[in-house]
Amino acid sequence: MTEHLFSAGKYAAYVWPAYGASVLGFAWMIIDTLARARSWRRKVDRLEADRARET
Amino acid sequence: MFSALANPARFMAFSRWAAPILALVAAGLIGAGLWLGLNAPPDYQQGDTVKIMFIHVPAAWVAMMAFACLGGASFISLVFRHALADAAARAVAPLGAAFTGVALVTGSLWGRPMWGAWWVWGDARLVSVLVLFLLFLGYLALRASIDDEAKGARAAEILALVGLVNLPIIHYSVQWWNTLHQGESVMRAGGSALAPVYLTPLLLAGAGYSAAFGALWLARIRSEVWRRRATSLALRAALA
Repeated sequence: MTEHLFSAGKYAAYVWPAYGASVLGFAWMIIDTLARARSWRRKVDRLEADRARET
Repeated sequence: MFSALANPARFMAFSRWAAPILALVAAGLIGAGLWLGLNAPPDYQQGDTVKIMFIHVPAAWVAMMAFACLGGASFISLVFRHALADAAARAVAPLGAAFTGVALVTGSLWGRPMWGAWWVWGDARLVSVLVLFLLFLGYLALRASIDDEAKGARAAEILALVGLVNLPIIHYSVQWWNTLHQGESVMRAGGSALAPVYLTPLLLAGAGYSAAFGALWLARIRSEVWRRRATSLALRAALA
């Protein structure tokens, strides 16, 4: 079943960089998305807390 | 369902659980697809480069789907002036650019051993996908370059609607022009040209990429809703 796994023969120089580019693309999308969400969520929480203190 | 989700509060409640579930589904489908794909035997013509298909083709599918979503959200925002549609349009563009970038890079790495060239300017499929990438970047640049956020959104949304014409050009480019790129092999009249040993992992990976796109898009729309809420709260605090 796994005889062909990770076997790219003479095309390894093309196959694995392609997988690497995909991993990098996904990593950027996930990290950027989560970092943005966390940053804006915290900002909203802080502003709402400030507002609650003032009222 | 869509009209119910047009309410930002309902959308936030829905996306809070829908995004992580979609992410889990995506991880399972992509994992299964790539496991089967990486175990697939070499193709009789393309050898082991066929393994690039399981990451290149789903990225290209999702890139086109992302632009269709951008166009749809832009249309709703322009016609109905719906703030959540505008947030959805803004949120999808970076994802679309990333998926298109991945499709271009992996396609180039597949093309070099098969065609003997990293890039062919005369190839309609390649150039039309590059135009798609530039449309995503143009949308983002246009929004960022106009200080008035509403005006920037309108200009970028018109660009997105005009750019929709590129989607059928990409799809039919392999039929309308002579290209190095292979023709339709999955969704074509008479059934798929791919053997099940390649088709099954490709469809699993395609479904997984679509689910990942859905999860990331929902998370980015949530982020955009929070950004607008923060801007509004900061403005109120400044005026108080």
